Amino acid sequence: MLALDRVGKTYPNGVHALERFSADIQLGEIIAIIGGSGCGKSTLLRAIAGLDRATTGTVTLDDIAITAPHAKIGIIFQEPRLLPWLSVADNIGFGLSDLPAAIRREKVARALARVGLTDKANAWPRELSGGQAQRVAIARALVPQPEVLLLDEPFSALDAFTRRDLQDHLLDLWNDTRPTLMLVTHDVDEAVVLADRVLVMRPRPGRLFEEIKINLARPRDRNSPHFDNFKRRVLTALDRSLDRNVPDADAKSTTGEAMWW
Amino acid sequence: MAMTVELPALERTDAMTPKASSARLRRYAGPALGLLLPVGLALAWEIAVWAGFSNGRLVPPPTKIFATMVELARSGELSRHIIATLSRVASGFVIGVVAGTLFGAISGYWGLARRLLDPTVQALRAIPSIAWVPLFILWLGIFETSKVALIAVGVFFPVYLGVMGAILSVDRKIVEVGRTFRLSGPAMIRRILLPAVLPAYVVALRVGLGLGWMFVVAAEFMGASEGLGYLLIDGQQLGKPAQIVAAIVIFAILGKTTDWLIEIATAPLLRWQDAFGGKSGAA
Repeated sequence: MLALDRVGKTYPNGVHALERFSADIQLGEIIAIIGGSGCGKSTLLRAIAGLDRATTGTVTLDDIAITAPHAKIGIIFQEPRLLPWLSVADNIGFGLSDLPAAIRREKVARALARVGLTDKANAWPRELSGGQAQRVAIARALVPQPEVLLLDEPFSALDAFTRRDLQDHLLDLWNDTRPTLMLVTHDVDEAVVLADRVLVMRPRPGRLFEEIKINLARPRDRNSPHFDNFKRRVLTALDRSLDRNVPDADAKSTTGEAMWW
Repeated sequence: MAMTVELPALERTDAMTPKASSARLRRYAGPALGLLLPVGLALAWEIAVWAGFSNGRLVPPPTKIFATMVELARSGELSRHIIATLSRVASGFVIGVVAGTLFGAISGYWGLARRLLDPTVQALRAIPSIAWVPLFILWLGIFETSKVALIAVGVFFPVYLGVMGAILSVDRKIVEVGRTFRLSGPAMIRRILLPAVLPAYVVALRVGLGLGWMFVVAAEFMGASEGLGYLLIDGQQLGKPAQIVAAIVIFAILGKTTDWLIEIATAPLLRWQDAFGGKSGAA
């Protein structure tokens, strides 16, 4: 279980990016974090990944406190961030350098087949399209079989068709080993199509505003009335989160505390 | 609907064909175009001297330069001078590259070392390297050591600057990938930083080598009994302009060849680059 306990972050320049964010996330759950810009979504994800340290609160995964990158936690960024001097296959195998070469090769080959890029194994990253590059990034993050996979707006730079394709693909890959997925997104559609729970955040300082459970069976039909219903609920929550007159629904952070700075 | 989508695609393939053939033409025409000016000038001068417009005493015609070269080569003089100069450049280059890489990497990687070291190095860099000559002669004598030291100093600075700058400008996002895979310090250097700085490093090496060739002439001017620089001085003192130009031409050939050797030696390591002109090379 991934436990976030009152995670907060104030940057050295005084920006209060995240305040008292708490959530318990079960293994295999898919969580979407959505919110206006500047509400600390990426800050939260980077704290969970161990790339930045939270200034207050704790992140624990199976009772291990996370303060630095951990083998059980993988992350995918908005850009593929492939290493341009490695072939596609070597990029996917980047996190497997501890394994013997034969096993590594086999795992990489399987991952390549799984993301449908077997024919690109020896290509350079510069020869890939945006969608293909992001698929390689997903394979690279999944191949060491993390327990938690963090995704920081992974599809936001792609066109609508590729994005939908990759969303389905991600679910497919998730189904193989069922890791916990935690996805930061701007896209309400994406949140509703993927997530078990949508966490809506509100800005200045970033904090949890509302939690919406999406109890729709998978695969989800993007055109069903239920789907629309959930979309509307998330949109309403988003609107309310940006309205300064609406008090925090979250009892844990009162308005007084939120205004102290 | 389908028609309107397909039409521009068709037009584009039509436009591609002449472009491809002209590219092929350019590949062969490019080097030839570069030769046009020097060969034309040489030919014109040859004809001018041959026709009696000039006696060619101060500016010897190409045939005379070539004859001088052949004469020098036949007596074995030429190879002796070339080997002397080459070995000076080689040892100075190696020393300069090793020192420049080491200090550049230290300054690039550790902020404290950079704050400590870099201002001094930059101040030393501001000194025209030729200004070291008298001091080096006093310290190291007039023989090989002082010459190699001067060349090494010339090579050191561009390599140092290149390595430090390249390390400082490695993309934070890519370093972060290394961090998420929990690379240790040495693994981070070997698997992320070194490959990332390689393209800039090759440029630094080439600039360093160019300066090495520059400084070997300065070094050989300060009293040498052999070497191409000596040929230059000797040609000046004995009034043999053909010998001077011959030495200059040999400098050009050697400089270009060694630069080209670095280029082809490192090309396989840089195939991954996605850069403007990345495929055409420098030629």
